[in-house]
Amino acid sequence: MEEKDFSFGMCEEQRTMKETIARLVKGVVTDNAHDMDEKKAIPAEFIQKVWELGATISPIPEEYGGYGMEYSPIMNTIILEELAAGDMALAIAATLPSSFLYPILEMGTDEQKKKYIPPYCDATFKPCTVAINEPRFRFDAVSLETKAEKKGGSYVINGKKCFVPLAKDSGHMLVAADLDGKGQLFIVAKDNPGVTIGEREKNLGLYALETYPVTFENCEVPEADRLGGSNGCDYSKFLQKSRIALSAIGTGVSRASFEYARDYSKERVQFGEPIASRQSIAFMIAEMAYEVDGMRLLTWKAASALEAGKDAKRESYLAKIFAGDVTMKVTDYGVQILGGHGFIRDHPVERYYRNGRGIAILEGMATV
Amino acid sequence: MINLEPNQKMIEVRNSINNLAKGMLRPIARKYDVNEHEYPKELDMFRSIKIMGGTKKKKKEGEEPKKDDKPAPKKLGTNLSTVISIEEMCWGDAGLLLSLPNAGLGNAAIAAVATDEQMERFGNKWAAMAITEPGSGSDSGSITATARLDGDEWVLNGEKIFVTCADRCDVVVVWATVDKKAGKSGIKSFVVEKDRPGFKLEKLEHKLGIRASDTGTFVLTDCRIPRTNLLGSEEVKTATEGFKGVMKTFDNTRPLVASMALGITRASLDFTREKIEESGTKLDYEKNLNNVSSLEKDFYLMEANLEAMRLLTWRAAWMADNGEFNNLEASMSKAKSGRWGTLITQKCCDLLGPLGYTQDHLAEKWMRDSKIMDIFEGTGQIQHLIVARNVLELSSKQLK
Repeated sequence: MEEKDFSFGMCEEQRTMKETIARLVKGVVTDNAHDMDEKKAIPAEFIQKVWELGATISPIPEEYGGYGMEYSPIMNTIILEELAAGDMALAIAATLPSSFLYPILEMGTDEQKKKYIPPYCDATFKPCTVAINEPRFRFDAVSLETKAEKKGGSYVINGKKCFVPLAKDSGHMLVAADLDGKGQLFIVAKDNPGVTIGEREKNLGLYALETYPVTFENCEVPEADRLGGSNGCDYSKFLQKSRIALSAIGTGVSRASFEYARDYSKERVQFGEPIASRQSIAFMIAEMAYEVDGMRLLTWKAASALEAGKDAKRESYLAKIFAGDVTMKVTDYGVQILGGHGFIRDHPVERYYRNGRGIAILEGMATV
Repeated sequence: MINLEPNQKMIEVRNSINNLAKGMLRPIARKYDVNEHEYPKELDMFRSIKIMGGTKKKKKEGEEPKKDDKPAPKKLGTNLSTVISIEEMCWGDAGLLLSLPNAGLGNAAIAAVATDEQMERFGNKWAAMAITEPGSGSDSGSITATARLDGDEWVLNGEKIFVTCADRCDVVVVWATVDKKAGKSGIKSFVVEKDRPGFKLEKLEHKLGIRASDTGTFVLTDCRIPRTNLLGSEEVKTATEGFKGVMKTFDNTRPLVASMALGITRASLDFTREKIEESGTKLDYEKNLNNVSSLEKDFYLMEANLEAMRLLTWRAAWMADNGEFNNLEASMSKAKSGRWGTLITQKCCDLLGPLGYTQDHLAEKWMRDSKIMDIFEGTGQIQHLIVARNVLELSSKQLK
């Protein structure tokens, strides 16, 4: 492959996509994010509007119903950051099908691709989801307690999952389960008799995003539905991509908090001058600015490794832990700078703070 | 198009300079930390090697940039190449990097504005830079050293402190005001040869870190230099353009200091990693942070922060190479790297326990060396001010 230029600059295509999403976010999301959070629902037409941009199905080959464009993890981080700067719940919901479709496209068998990809490449957004997180102390995506066992011509899955986005309306989900000591993914239909979708969860943040606990009880999955067939899949690659995606989302949420606090500090007058004129506030704003940039650059670095066809285990891990840590710091500063007003739900910084807590905790809910 | 995978040229520069640092600097790092002020004679071989940026190229008159149908070959910009090199050199030893012959800050100032005649006279000299005074630190517009024109000579008076390479240099670029009433625009820089009467090296400092680098105080008493030793224009403009021009050179030097912090910090982390792995813990970049030891968690987060320091620094350098205004990004890189370099080298000593406190290893030295990176070329607080003014769009009057 020809070596690309080392560059921090966006090309025309990347800039156009960023601007397009930013316009959409400004037009439909920013003003409604508060409402969505209060009403605990994302209007279907918002998700549809994002879907109609076609970014999710763009890298899917035409034979499976996509546009057959180039697949670019970096472009996907740009999209996720912009969406999350509008609303993190929307960013996860509207891009959720990629978390189901991309692993199949990349690691699935030909039959799996033919069977599962086309139905979701529709003009209308059709939810499909992933079940990774488990409701337990010291959960770790690399040592799963949900187990898959080979029995005859099928796999039997047992275990509990949580934070499964849009599970109730999703026709299929990718389920992460431990098979003989290593993580694997299985394609499971919602109407499988071994699947029980529980009551909608109530979480610290992401009020607008519907998430569900899902229980698998002797859930029988045909051998052909193990991702990648009998050879299985590279689960680590799946995690790498989700970690980069969550870092991009963290960058977006943190940026939103930074921008809001920055603008507020210039308008809020105390002791006869804007609070921004005080170093105690200004230095917090400065710190937020470079930490957000640092987060974005770590995300791009990890995505660059993927784009060059390299393993991004270390880079994606560092990007995610950095984003997890720094998102908390930045969104905390956002609330702190607004003081008492930051604590009131009329301002978005408290929502960024609650939503942002998820970056370090959640796994697998988005992908690049 | 965004691509942060280092290219072949970057990797080559990194590897070759790392070899140099490993072979030449690391082995003598402790020696010159202990023997403060002794000239590291081993560095003489570097007189012919340029690490801190290239020399000024003279453009031939009438020369047109080459036009070609083929796309330009992938070049490695001077700034990016320099920050990569500096990181590696400081991974070897930061104090020694600052002691490289003919690579002082004054050399950069001369290369930037010197006339051909000045280049001829000073181009091959080792040039230090004298800005700071006892009463003038970050507020470099408040300097009180004076220069008075007397016939064909400038007469300089004042005291300059914290001059790097004070003992070893051949000439010093001295900042002085030609007109106190004119404020910042009255400040000019002058090349003063070490042997001029009235120019005295008063003392050499004893420092917390970077002891291999000789830092000193100069006193100027009616020191006379030729009129032609003034760098740049004699004219005192009413606007502060001249001073702004001088401050702008900091946009180029701040990422260099950030990369020094990077090098020291990486050295410290590399050593800590070695000890962690020797103790049987494998750092596999896999487990959730709440499923690893507190020591591993600390290490991972420090490594992530090191990566952020590096990317912020490379971005500022890359922008400079591409002719983009990088005042904000340069200060971001130094604000982050200066502070986190200090924090990480401290924490490494903590994780290393007794190995981090003894002089048998270099970790304690790296903790001392890194501290200056959050101080010189603008303290961390000054960097935060610059970043804040930029993102808040406030003037220096609105945000003091």
